[in-house]
Amino acid sequence: MAELASCTLEREAFDSLFEALERRGYGVIGPRVRDGAIVYDRIAASSDLPVGLTDEQDGGHYRLVPREDAALFGYNVGPHSWKRFQLPAQRTLWRGKLDEDGNLSDIVEGPAEPERLAFLGARSCELHAMGILDRVLLGGSHPDPAERAAREGVFIVAVQCSQAGGTCFCASMGTGPTAQSGFDIALTEVIEDGRHYFVTAPGSDAGRELLAELPTSAAGAAEEGAASAAHARAAAQMGRELDITDIRELLYRNYDHPRWNEVAERCLTCGNCTMVCPTCFCTSVEDVTDLERTSVERVQRWDSCFTIDYSHIHGGAVRQSAHSRYRQWMTHKLATWIDQFGSSGCVGCGRCITWCPVGIDITEEARAIRASEEAVHAGAR
Amino acid sequence: MASLKSPPERERHDEPGPMVPEPFVVRSKRQDTSDTWTLELTSVADDAGLHFAPGQFTMIEAGGSGEVPISISGDPGEPDVLVHTVRSVGLATQAICKAQPGQVLGVRGPFGNSWPVELLEGRDVVVAAGGIGLAPLRPAILAMIANRERYGRLVLLYGARTASQMLYVDELERWREEGFEVHATVDSAGPEWLGHVGVVTRLIGRARLTASFAGLTCGPEIMMRLTALALADFGIDGEQLYVSTERNMQCGIGHCGHCQLGPWLLCRDGPVFDWQTLAHWLQLRDV
Ligand SMILES: Cc1cc2nc3c(=O)[nH]c(=O)nc-3n(C[C@H](O)[C@H](O)[C@H](O)COP(=O)(O)OP(=O)(O)OC[C@H]3O[C@@H](n4cnc5c(N)ncnc54)[C@H](O)[C@@H]3O)c2cc1C
Ligand code: SF4
Ligand code: SF4
Repeated sequence: MAELASCTLEREAFDSLFEALERRGYGVIGPRVRDGAIVYDRIAASSDLPVGLTDEQDGGHYRLVPREDAALFGYNVGPHSWKRFQLPAQRTLWRGKLDEDGNLSDIVEGPAEPERLAFLGARSCELHAMGILDRVLLGGSHPDPAERAAREGVFIVAVQCSQAGGTCFCASMGTGPTAQSGFDIALTEVIEDGRHYFVTAPGSDAGRELLAELPTSAAGAAEEGAASAAHARAAAQMGRELDITDIRELLYRNYDHPRWNEVAERCLTCGNCTMVCPTCFCTSVEDVTDLERTSVERVQRWDSCFTIDYSHIHGGAVRQSAHSRYRQWMTHKLATWIDQFGSSGCVGCGRCITWCPVGIDITEEARAIRASEEAVHAGAR
Repeated sequence: MASLKSPPERERHDEPGPMVPEPFVVRSKRQDTSDTWTLELTSVADDAGLHFAPGQFTMIEAGGSGEVPISISGDPGEPDVLVHTVRSVGLATQAICKAQPGQVLGVRGPFGNSWPVELLEGRDVVVAAGGIGLAPLRPAILAMIANRERYGRLVLLYGARTASQMLYVDELERWREEGFEVHATVDSAGPEWLGHVGVVTRLIGRARLTASFAGLTCGPEIMMRLTALALADFGIDGEQLYVSTERNMQCGIGHCGHCQLGPWLLCRDGPVFDWQTLAHWLQLRDV
């Protein structure tokens, strides 16, 4: 890792970052407002960012509201995550021809995204989520070359959170709020005493080279102190927590816990939580043929363990009940993922809590199971 | 990751992705039962089958009708042809079973782990199969016959619903000649059937098994569970019994998530497991 020699970049000069990325041929993806939410999409200038907005978040609640300042990054994470660029929500795996005898021929792989992308505004939890998804998709014995190529070309400009979102609990998961690695450049936004600037730090050689082209100045102790204070503020604001002590063993012991039935009474099995989660990776494939059946296209789409079809085998779905499906999802995130891929599948971003239409809260569900065990133990003593 | 990417030129990749099938042509086809066919295929590119280990599977499809996991049922000693025995139960398997000689299908694989036939050298082995479950076990049976002298007693217990639903009927006799003790049973019998009637676990008592045996089993989950219980009575415990499991699979390479069973991705970590490892998870409901 590169040493963190920090500099400052004034707000007025921020667009030089876009220009430098453009010169290198990157298409820039970053936060912008669409349909009342902050999503990740193409951006070309700082004016495309959600300037002066923040996001109010709670269980089942999300609302954009104006801030008192003109911060560029004064909000947390929205319904999108960078997952959509690592694992597109829909992609063509291959196309082929069919003749009247059903012969499959001329199989060609689906087109790969030709462009190199820069991710601007990735938060600490999101960098961890990208790493987790990398281990799932690229870490096994059959990595997809298209997915690997897409990932390896990415330039990452991280933004350090200077406030915690209403549903965040990254501190519990050890994934934030401050990014330590996994980026090319990290920015901390500071608005203080009439001055609006960014404290910048390189995380790679490519990041250092790019920063050298920007009109930065060396950061002084006061500016570095302001950045640290912003990081500390985010940590201090974190309103939710999830105790992960022996969480795998806790959940493995409690597959028959009555709490699964209670949460199933509220859960609509809509799958929103899996769609917004930055690490949920499940997909299914479907064959699309034209009317004359002369061509076939295999399409891969995000899927959700909350659907009945997900576990369909001849003879019926394995997970028929809502309780078994919520249990599958939560134990996968917090427990079985550890066995499958060597880490937790949850980074504490809070999206599943915010975007659950009925406000089901993974931290609350985990707490309820732990508390009931502790109550039993206390009773037994 | 940040460190992977200077210079920023996008890397060209020429190898096809693991989700892209290879064309295989159907060389021959045989009807085994009213709903089951065995296909022999070779690769269009090099006219060969696949090198595989007994118990591995491929993802196979007849164009446009969906891709499904099917075990390789051929002889691992003869990888020049890819053999699949397929029961027609739905859209994808129906289309595969309808394929005619000369037709080109798509194949990916082989995937998954294998029956521990080498590990079991020197042992007595009982193979218990239910219905189509004999197909994934056939390569293991053939591999053990090929090295017959390396094993002690070899016993096959095979159950099918009716006599006409039995797979590989001609071969059962040959396996007997080649050193397998073969016991077959049917759930319900017509006048033409002179053998045992009853579920396959009932054969276990007749096979004179001892604690020196290891087991391989494949069939409906309930049958495998009862087999495990019955074998335990003879001192063959869960660590000595291997099962092949079935879940929905969309990719075969551990990426799609569908085949999870607790801490395992069955396509990546299985499909073969020892019973001891799985028993806890299979006994929990709807996992
Ligand atoms: C490792 C493994 C090995 C297998 N080996 C054989 C074999 O040698 N011979 C054989 O006849 N069958 C085998 N099967 C079962 C076979 O895959 C299913 O019968 C087949 O997927 C059913 O698909 P369908 O479209 O015909 O049926 P439908 O019921 O219409 O299925 C619709 C979809 O559900 C999924 N699905 C349904 N049933 C299963 C299932 N049991 N397993 C996985 N996915 C399923 C598939 O994605 C399928 O496209 C094996 C299954 C697994 C997991
Ligand atoms: S489970 Fe919820 S909090 Fe955890 S990473 Fe997924 S969306 Fe974020
Ligand atoms: S937990 Fe909430 S978001 Fe997830 S499936 Fe249930 S209702 Fe939908």
